Amino acid sequence: MNAPTPAHADHSLDSFGDAAASATRVTPGNALRPEDIAIQTVRPSEDVAQYALRLGDDSLILAQRLGHWISRGPEIEEDIALGNIALDLLGHARSFLTYAGHAWGKTEDDLAYWREEDEFRSAWIFEQPNGDFGVTIARQLVVAIYQRLLYSRLVESADSTIAAIAAKALKEVDYHRDHAIQWTLRLGDGTDESHRRMQAAIELMWPYVDELFDDDELTERVGDAGVRPSTLRGEFDAEIRAVLDEATLALPAVPRASGGGRRGEHTEHLGYLLAEMQVLARKHPGATW
Amino acid sequence: MAAAPLQSVPAPRPEDQDASVSPETRAGQAYFDRIIADDSRIEPKDWMPEAYRKTLTRQISQHAHSEIIGMQPEANWITRAPSLKRKSILMAKVQDEAGHGLYLYSAAETLGTPRDVLNQQLLDGKAKYSSIFNYPARSWADMGAIGWLVDGAAIANQVPLCRASYGPYGRAMVRICKEESFHQRQGFEILLELSHGTPEQKEMAQDAVNRFYAPALMMFGPPDDDSPNSKQSMAWNIKRFSNDELRQRFVGMIAEQVKVLGLTLPDPELRFDEETGKWIHMELDWQEFKDVIAGRGPCNAQRLARRREAHANGAWVREAARAYAGKQREKQMQKAGAA
Amino acid sequence: MMSQENEGQAAGQQANVWPLWEVFVRSSRGLSHVHAGSLHAPDAEMALRNARDLYTRRNEGVSIWVVPSEAIMASDPDAKGSFFESPQGKDYRHATYYTKSEGVKHL
Repeated sequence: MNAPTPAHADHSLDSFGDAAASATRVTPGNALRPEDIAIQTVRPSEDVAQYALRLGDDSLILAQRLGHWISRGPEIEEDIALGNIALDLLGHARSFLTYAGHAWGKTEDDLAYWREEDEFRSAWIFEQPNGDFGVTIARQLVVAIYQRLLYSRLVESADSTIAAIAAKALKEVDYHRDHAIQWTLRLGDGTDESHRRMQAAIELMWPYVDELFDDDELTERVGDAGVRPSTLRGEFDAEIRAVLDEATLALPAVPRASGGGRRGEHTEHLGYLLAEMQVLARKHPGATW
Repeated sequence: MAAAPLQSVPAPRPEDQDASVSPETRAGQAYFDRIIADDSRIEPKDWMPEAYRKTLTRQISQHAHSEIIGMQPEANWITRAPSLKRKSILMAKVQDEAGHGLYLYSAAETLGTPRDVLNQQLLDGKAKYSSIFNYPARSWADMGAIGWLVDGAAIANQVPLCRASYGPYGRAMVRICKEESFHQRQGFEILLELSHGTPEQKEMAQDAVNRFYAPALMMFGPPDDDSPNSKQSMAWNIKRFSNDELRQRFVGMIAEQVKVLGLTLPDPELRFDEETGKWIHMELDWQEFKDVIAGRGPCNAQRLARRREAHANGAWVREAARAYAGKQREKQMQKAGAA
Repeated sequence: MMSQENEGQAAGQQANVWPLWEVFVRSSRGLSHVHAGSLHAPDAEMALRNARDLYTRRNEGVSIWVVPSEAIMASDPDAKGSFFESPQGKDYRHATYYTKSEGVKHL
């Protein structure tokens, strides 16, 4: 950081106007943005659009959950870390939703704010409440390991837009995974209290793991444009088992929840989440913001 | 270098002549005075008068607290932002505020008081923070008004602080000011979008400006004749302009900007005085200002309760991370011992 | 100063207070790491990650160092004279001291 130079003898207020411009170098960087996808003319097939909708909804709902942590984290440094992750996920959601919307002449906001609960295609784990920090980390651990495996395959998608979004997202979820692992280790192998809380958190999330790996008709129909979820399961199990082992945590033996998010059947939590997310937009139909 | 009146060396104090003052202190004071007179920078390990250290610790930590408490009114709208783009922007902005709080705590800590002590002062209700954040953010338009007016006032206050005599403070402010300009612009654009939107949206925007105008003007602090610490801060090159100077300057800027918005400022007395070349604004309710500072504002209790809750809920997490670090260190030492 | 250091140590020993780290950021390849500020973290790994989130949110860096604040040894500010004034007056260390060779090419 450049210190403000004392060589300036002019102390009028105007001379300060540009003082800020000389600080550290800042660049927006080059990356695929939702706005870039919005101006693309490629229209996905109905199946690919439905597939993108799932991916977008997963990230959107989780971003909404994580956004609630900002200003409530265990330490201010962690407010920033969770905020970064939420922002990344929101970015992925916007890209996927924008792309999906091309198939139906809808924008990301049409899809986020004007669909009903049973039109959302996110899996159940994403809508589970934040709980304490341990619960949020347990959810992050499952999701980030899953998403990293998924995106590392989707970069090869036969659909070039899906592949491009996945390529940008992959680097980010790689970091989310690292963040979740670091915290799982610290909470699992920290104090007795944190160990107990973290074990309980993993058990709370575990019923929602299986749904992520369920194949269905859509994942069959999209073929090479997507990834058959069941093919990710082996690697997922190996990875998460290694993390839990190192964190002195036990792999839970609890039955799976039925799931149903991919068909629009959700847990009771999603209704509240959407009510909050959509309330303002729906009060002003047709308005721009 | 032109000797502007603001840079003059403070008049000799009684203790300078006091025989009980040690030669080291006298030498330190002389060195400090010379640095201030040269408009150079004091750095953390330099000798500095206790009052300078205290004033700065108080000012920088209050500033940091303001950033941290200031996250709340806006975080309040993250989950309800009316478009995904606005949601991203708002999240990034609130996150920046956490960052600004940390830059400032970092600067304050170089003066010798650790962050947890400063934080405890906040949680105990002993530390002050900017009164503006004790007003509620009731509508989405408040996100615009906070960005435009509150961040605008903050920038006007802070840009001169980039050259505050205390090095770490100035450096933190440089970084903060640069990031704040995004904050102000996004606020302005929210209002612009609303004022050109539906009648309900425009009304929402005007209402937000009406509510935040006076509190934003009060952010510059009490009038000059009621600001006892200002003179000393200016002599120390911490403060470069008086409260009133900055305030009327800011009013002038927003008086022009509000026209672009197609909104009005709720100030019937606002005018430019050709004679003095200054902007005149309405009387501000300084009793309200004092009340809010003293904890009797609309949201003081709520803001502090939320901060305390986050801190208390995070205790087991912070503890776990430390315990883990301790275990890892032990393991490494054992490994080193075995090898 | 002593009392403040003691205060800091006392605070650092509390079970749920994280120690202080200094952060150095390399803004682009070819440049040195420059001190950016400090932060709190339970250990070096988390300090690095927190530094990434706090000090490089806007592409400010390509590399980060974190150092425990207590590990930094600083020169004594009271010994400015003996420490830093010795080079003064040693003009012969600078090329400009040698005026007779002025005008000679490539020198």
